Amino acid sequence: MARVTTGITSSHIPALGAAIQTGTKGNDYWGPVFDGYEPIKKWIYEPGNMPDVIVLVYNDHATAFDMNVIPTFSIGCAESFAPADEGWGPRPVPDVIGHPDLAWHIAQSLILDDFDMCIFNDMKVDHGCTVPLSMVFGEPSEWPCKVIPFPVNVVTYPPPSGRRCFNLGDSIKAAVESFPEDLNVHVWGTGGMSHQLQGPRAGLINKEFDLNFIDMLIKDPETLSRMPHIQYLREAGSEGIELVMWLIMRGALGDKVRDLYTFYHIPASNTALGAMILQPEETAGEPLNPRVVHSGHSLAAAAE
Amino acid sequence: MSDEKKKERIDIHAYLAEFDDIPGTRVFTAQRARKGYWLNQFAMSLMKEENRQKFKEDNAAYLENWNLTDAAKKAVLARDYNAMIDEGGNVYFLSKLFSADGQSFQTAAGSMTGMTPEEYAQMMINGGRSPEGVRSIKEKY
Repeated sequence: MARVTTGITSSHIPALGAAIQTGTKGNDYWGPVFDGYEPIKKWIYEPGNMPDVIVLVYNDHATAFDMNVIPTFSIGCAESFAPADEGWGPRPVPDVIGHPDLAWHIAQSLILDDFDMCIFNDMKVDHGCTVPLSMVFGEPSEWPCKVIPFPVNVVTYPPPSGRRCFNLGDSIKAAVESFPEDLNVHVWGTGGMSHQLQGPRAGLINKEFDLNFIDMLIKDPETLSRMPHIQYLREAGSEGIELVMWLIMRGALGDKVRDLYTFYHIPASNTALGAMILQPEETAGEPLNPRVVHSGHSLAAAAE
Repeated sequence: MSDEKKKERIDIHAYLAEFDDIPGTRVFTAQRARKGYWLNQFAMSLMKEENRQKFKEDNAAYLENWNLTDAAKKAVLARDYNAMIDEGGNVYFLSKLFSADGQSFQTAAGSMTGMTPEEYAQMMINGGRSPEGVRSIKEKY
């Protein structure tokens, strides 16, 4: 049977894609960010770690969905998904290759489990989906595994509650486990961490909130999932609400997890960046060494 | 339903009212989404290269194709992102406009703070804007 072996979280900041494209990923500003992902990249290419399929949870940033259609939870069931032109031409990355059998299986299972999914076939994917792939896999000519795009509305209010996201993750886990083929499935939760891209309060970063979020995501997601939207908005900035998507990933891993790796960096453009590898405790591998990496301004604060 | 525990429901009025208590922040509610419908759809049109070309050739003429308020038109022409958000714009939609202008998210976001791009970039390197005192207008914390 198929199993959710791993959850990965990653920010999906578009400037990371631009840094790759402009060849500036090694400079003083971006170097530490790409260095922080290096252990994840190394880990995922090790034998046994490469997933067959990733269920990639992200938000569409007004790309495939405009004001005409605003689905709360959707799933891409097509054979492939091309990178979208978000205003500066499509990102020069490979098409995302889907897994229609598993995607349709998950869609049907979720609907029977009371999550009324929106099913998409013809859909372009934006930086929310492709930047995490670039950060973890580098710049291959084709992505090394299949990807099921799973967009969540966090743009037009109200987005789904943290609780709803956490429960959805649990239903994704059950859906994957009822798929007969033997597949290594990852669930990735992307976006975050604290950031605000609008208004006079733009530039907000809340290190204390972010580190507490990471801690609770590992140890007590049940309580974390009850955090109301207003708390995300006040503490993590208007775009920090993306973090509810991390709870979908966490819900798909079961009760107890082992944190193999946690990276936290301030700032990547406007954003505090977080990236983690988590595995269900009962089948978890060894933590990476070092297990926790902070860089950028997060270091300065840690030394206080 | 009788044997099931009654669901705890969120009071939508209280839920929405709290959003107005966050300083310097406009949450993209249904009310804003309705107001900004055409402004946001205009921005989406810039995802096509041919539309970007037309827009670049003559901003004002291109805007005539969209059912925009005068305030929205003025805000777009001035690239005043705070004013566009007041007109119901959302930053992810408006990103198509600043991307078409060759601007980054950081430049656009910084332009809404009253800081110069250099000051804003430096604030981010120094750890970003602290949440201290900007969480709530009423509670001042």
